[in-house]
Amino acid sequence: MAFQEVKLYQVGTYVAGNRLLDPERRTVQARTDRSNAITSGHRACQGCGEALGARFVLDAAMRATGGNMVAVNATGCLEVFSTPYPESSWQVPWLHSLFGNAPAVASGVAAALRAAGRADTRVVAQGGDGGTVDIGMGCLSGMFERGDDVLYVCYDNEGYMNTGVQRSGATPPAARTANTKPVGAEPGNPFGQGKSVPLIAMAHEIPYVATATVAELHDLEHKVEKAMTFHGPRYLHVFVPCPLGWGAASADTIRLARLAKESGLFPVFEAEHGEVTSVSRIRRQVPVEEYLAPQRRFAHLFTDPPRTDVVARIQARADRNITRFGLLQQGA
Amino acid sequence: MFEIRIHGRGGQGAVTAAELLSVAAFHEDRYAQAFPTFGSERTGAPVVSFCRIADQPIRIHEPIAEPDALVVQDPTLLHQVKVFDGVGPAAFVLVNTSRGFGELGIGEFLEGFDPRRLATVPATELAREHLGRPLPNAPLLGAFAALTGLVSLESVVRAITDRFPGQVGAANARAAEAGHAHVVHAQEPSRA
Amino acid sequence: MPSQLEGSLAVARTVARCRPQVVAAYPISPQTHIVEALSDMVRTGELAPCEYLMVESEFGAMSACIGASAAGARTYTATASQGLLFMAEAVFNASGLGLPIVMTVANRAIGAPINIWNDHSDAMALRDSGWFQLFAESNQDAVDLHVQAYRLAEELSLPVMVCMDGYVLTHAVERLELPTREQVDAFLPPFTPRQVLDPHDPVTIGAMVGPEAFTEVKYLMHAVQMRALDAVPRIAAEFEAAFGRRSGGLVRPYRTEDAETVVVALGSVLGTVETVVDEMRAEGVRIGALGITCFRPWPLQEVRDVLAGAQRVVIVEKAFAAGAGGIVGQNTRDALRGTPTVVYDVVAGLGGRPVTRRSLHRLFDEVLAERLDPAGLHFLDLNTGLVERELARMRNPRPGPHAESMLRDLGSVGAESH
Repeated sequence: MAFQEVKLYQVGTYVAGNRLLDPERRTVQARTDRSNAITSGHRACQGCGEALGARFVLDAAMRATGGNMVAVNATGCLEVFSTPYPESSWQVPWLHSLFGNAPAVASGVAAALRAAGRADTRVVAQGGDGGTVDIGMGCLSGMFERGDDVLYVCYDNEGYMNTGVQRSGATPPAARTANTKPVGAEPGNPFGQGKSVPLIAMAHEIPYVATATVAELHDLEHKVEKAMTFHGPRYLHVFVPCPLGWGAASADTIRLARLAKESGLFPVFEAEHGEVTSVSRIRRQVPVEEYLAPQRRFAHLFTDPPRTDVVARIQARADRNITRFGLLQQGA
Repeated sequence: MFEIRIHGRGGQGAVTAAELLSVAAFHEDRYAQAFPTFGSERTGAPVVSFCRIADQPIRIHEPIAEPDALVVQDPTLLHQVKVFDGVGPAAFVLVNTSRGFGELGIGEFLEGFDPRRLATVPATELAREHLGRPLPNAPLLGAFAALTGLVSLESVVRAITDRFPGQVGAANARAAEAGHAHVVHAQEPSRA
Repeated sequence: MPSQLEGSLAVARTVARCRPQVVAAYPISPQTHIVEALSDMVRTGELAPCEYLMVESEFGAMSACIGASAAGARTYTATASQGLLFMAEAVFNASGLGLPIVMTVANRAIGAPINIWNDHSDAMALRDSGWFQLFAESNQDAVDLHVQAYRLAEELSLPVMVCMDGYVLTHAVERLELPTREQVDAFLPPFTPRQVLDPHDPVTIGAMVGPEAFTEVKYLMHAVQMRALDAVPRIAAEFEAAFGRRSGGLVRPYRTEDAETVVVALGSVLGTVETVVDEMRAEGVRIGALGITCFRPWPLQEVRDVLAGAQRVVIVEKAFAAGAGGIVGQNTRDALRGTPTVVYDVVAGLGGRPVTRRSLHRLFDEVLAERLDPAGLHFLDLNTGLVERELARMRNPRPGPHAESMLRDLGSVGAESH
């Protein structure tokens, strides 16, 4: 019988890969011995991308560190839904202090461990886009600049979700939020605002910066494990759709994350010391509408008559990312 | 309690001078307190520092309003800052200058003072000679010791060399000795 | 063995002898000499093992201390004024989490207008933060209080602010007894926290607590603060036994036994107050002073015990509650509830204005001659002409800061220089 080579992709939610893969190549999530760093019983919304992201990231980090790690969390959805006192869904040592200080708190934890001769215990700090991009930016930059040994993970759902879906520095243009409604001359969040923290992280020339989404489990876990091979400041920016905040179906979380990547709106790449080292190319490019249409936060772009002008500007942003990062396969 | 007020400009060592005086007194087993008035750090800006010396613990911390001794490290301050505020005719006055009090325009003011308590010393020149830098505080400290007898030259030198080890300390010590000698020499006729 | 040392340096050396494992600090006048000295000691290895974090802000400093303390390290930071406010959120967080951090506050005024000189408005702004607050009367006090602070913090699991007057104490070179390393090691046992971030025994620290339990948590913070009313004197007594000198404690009465008039104050101004008390006693006036060393918790009973017999009490304080009155005054009146003692609230020394013996003499004479109205807040050495003219100007109000507005009245820009 002729040998047929089968290429396995992660396509949709019907993943054939893990069952047919070598055990060693399976994801951490597929293993029975995964740590469940954040275990069941938390109060996240159905379809929450952040809960998914946190589970993926921390279980991978636990495997990479042999369970020898401490987590520091910023205020936000993740912190709130995971610790409804007196319950906690964390099975790792976990500290929550304030909204804007997770990077600094993590620096302090790392310093204490070092002073005690326990620098083999690794520190992971995590926060949403609000706590990272805006209020935590000063502390984050300080942690980067000092070279502290902390992996900082940002779960980016593009808004202050826990307080009722307000706009953050990560909210994309044209998106509806509670304070960027589609009224007035410019509908939704204005163009020309916002910042890319992955690029800011790269400007600090820290050892490792990577972006990832919850749609690509192998890729995300690989990046966490890789990050743990470095010492010093590392930054991982994870795209996590929020069904409630985005007005999307709770079953669409992974699909939307994939579409964000495949449209070019969310570039997936790695960088070391300020230089891009690898790019996860778009497999099948989609026009931005396919990504935007299932989200009610962009519904005002698809009214009668549709705002094709705005959609075109969003497409232009995607196109710019594609060019800038080389997201399309050669000859695709 | 004996209270000394030192006027200088930022960068001339007025603060260090007060501190060294206090250390000199400490080495003579006395209680001493030294502190500056502050602005934000700025070279060249007027600075005032204070030193109190006593045989009992010193409890107060207020600026010295009526000094028993006044030291002026920079004569350009004389007509810019009210250096003589609270300075009574019994006070010691020591000015860093190679000119006389009259030439400085303060001769009249000092007329009611005890001449044995007044002295000028070309501290900047002495410093240049011994240190190669125009830092007048070491010669002034030596001169102060000679003028007031409040601390000995030995204690001043010890304070200086403790604080500035090696060549720098030795050079400063020599500068202090030169300042001391200058005042002793200048006072000789009136002590004859 | 006494030394002649700058207050800041003495505090830094003493803190080093307390063996902090993490120091996170951001420079602000007048605390800079403390944190610079500690940085030097970490670099040379004189203070080891210790990690020194040069943080990006005071908020970062307290946050790093929180993380370090939660991970089991003895920690230290220092700040003043604006810096203390910048970390305010984290200050409350630290006490809420029960972390035994020790922080020096080099008391300095809070702007606007910006002012780098000494008063107590910074510490007073955070008097309700759940931290213990100790005020040093002298640099010797400051040195000793830091050692006692670690004992207090780690016994009761609450952070401690050691307050020392900025510039007045931090930058004064004085004769001091520094505790030796051996003495401090004998006095401070190693830090063994009850819960710590440890992969071998994971705990969740910092959960959200809802209406059903929040009150209880806060009640317990208050109860622990009140426990300090016993712990502070006990630790002071143990300190005296170990180091051979008296310092710390809740309050420090000075010649109050038969005093008809008692002056209440915090910090270095007490030295001046005591000097004036001595001078007036020599003239036959029955006057005394009460120094408050422990301001939080407020030693209500101890204050009452000392003051209840006095006819009049004059509070001389370096901060006030705008629109309300005195702060120490208010706490003191609490202690004197139900007694006939007349209380005078006097604000002095704001923004570094020296509190002189002469001014205090004048003030106490006014009080004794009953020329001062016990009602209302008095400002020592107030330039009444200047403020009255500004207030008159405000009758045709245009919004704007007073400091700049008053300058129009002075005629020439640039005040007199000393």
